[in-house]
Amino acid sequence: MSETRPVGEFGLSWLDASGECSDIVLSTRVRLARNLQGHAFGARARVNDRLAVLEQVRSARGRAELLADAEIRELARLAPRPRRILFERRLVSRELIGKNGTATAPATALVLSPRQPLSVMVNEEDHLRIQTLLSGLRLREGWNALDALDDELGRELPYAYHHEFGFLTSCPTNVGTGLRASVLMHLPALVLTKEIGKVLQGLAQVGLTFRGLYGEGSEVVGNFFQLSNQTTLGKSEEDLVDHIDRIVRQVIQYERHARQVLLRDAPSVTEDKIWRAYGLLRYGRSVSFEELMNLLSGVRLGASLKLLPGLRVYSLNKVMIFSQPAHLEDAAGRDLSPAESDAHRAALVRRILTTEGVVHPDEDIGDGNGAPKGPPG
Amino acid sequence: MKCQACGSDEVVVHLTQIVDKEMHTFHLCERCAAEKGLQKSSVPENFPLTEFLAQMEGEPPSVEAETRPPACSYCGLAFSEFKESGRLGCPHCWSSFEAQLRGLVRRIHSGSQHVGKVYLSPDPSTFEREKRLGVLRRKLERAVELEDFERAAVLRDQIRATEPVA
Repeated sequence: MSETRPVGEFGLSWLDASGECSDIVLSTRVRLARNLQGHAFGARARVNDRLAVLEQVRSARGRAELLADAEIRELARLAPRPRRILFERRLVSRELIGKNGTATAPATALVLSPRQPLSVMVNEEDHLRIQTLLSGLRLREGWNALDALDDELGRELPYAYHHEFGFLTSCPTNVGTGLRASVLMHLPALVLTKEIGKVLQGLAQVGLTFRGLYGEGSEVVGNFFQLSNQTTLGKSEEDLVDHIDRIVRQVIQYERHARQVLLRDAPSVTEDKIWRAYGLLRYGRSVSFEELMNLLSGVRLGASLKLLPGLRVYSLNKVMIFSQPAHLEDAAGRDLSPAESDAHRAALVRRILTTEGVVHPDEDIGDGNGAPKGPPG
Repeated sequence: MKCQACGSDEVVVHLTQIVDKEMHTFHLCERCAAEKGLQKSSVPENFPLTEFLAQMEGEPPSVEAETRPPACSYCGLAFSEFKESGRLGCPHCWSSFEAQLRGLVRRIHSGSQHVGKVYLSPDPSTFEREKRLGVLRRKLERAVELEDFERAAVLRDQIRATEPVA
């Protein structure tokens, strides 16, 4: 029988925008790939292998302090919608839930810590994917938390480790540290000023790569880019993390500079773009997820530049997560057709923009030529 | 998603253009993209592992035949299967195909020697212990440098726990 109870608040702590530079860096995600000796990797693992891995993780969880009270959610026991919710919160990969959340391999599971943003994907491509998701730019903190959990689990579990290659993984692109650190960034000004191509090319030269919102294979929408390390072997975890941190800080500087250029060279166009996006979100009656992401990009830029006073980044993060299809269906308590989904999405956005953060467009009336603002005297 | 030029299902290029401050996205198949003079991506989005594997496929057959390793003795994966999928079958594959993988890993990561965290097996040798102590001491120095004393205290405890009992 499948469990239908909601997946609660897991994976939402980053929404609070409490981390450093959280107007540009939405979240930091760090994960470690680990495998257990004596069992075939994901694709080749038989049911017995998979069950044995899950059983070992279950017993290790009981002895790992950092996973005290952690829940183990077997995906086969979850209904498709909660599975899709976990995917939309970036806690499980698409591979783990199958298309539309309907297919999942035996003994795949997610271990969720209720007190800290730590979780473990079990029986994906690698036996374990230990991961954390934090608000803003917090790479070192993310690595330190994972390092500690990895130590605890490593004491209980016989990791597959090679004196030369390090931690062994199914794919050679993950071997060594098994560490992938990614930072979800919002870079609208670099896109508008056409500098983004140069920046992305530069990333490749310094060993970083970029992806879309949902990671590998996903498209970039709404100017949201996920930057991550390309290589995992030959550098220590600390060096990898520090390197990404340095590069991300540089990209933040470029983005802030590009924003200043926009405000200096095209203030009215920039302001118009932001207010139009706000208007469509505030009053629209139907909006697709892709359109929403593009509009959110404009509004997010406005909030960051203090052109939309009162609007908090937290509210925009919330819009982004809760307007995804499975989250909308969860709130509605039923399946939604694409058209219904667009209408529910628009209603959710209107509600959040009305109740959180007061933006008064009418206080901003000028003559468009820099004349004093306010009602005519 | 269908190619916006010819309607084929094989969309591989998503082109975002900004014209007069308006952003337009086009979805094209590989052939139509090539006709428009576009490559798949100006920046490799993901690591081109399959390309490397394809290059290995193109190596002279005599060398290939001489060095072709037997299948993994633990899970039975043939090296040719790995070349197709890019995924190994089990931890033991890393020993079965060690020489081939060393070459591949060097090309991917610019080196094959792991210098990060040292895993301590449940019954570690003196060598493993010393290696791990070295890494922990480096971490401790770094934590002190960054004035992260909370972490330094944790690391100090770990060093004590790893050091052999006198």
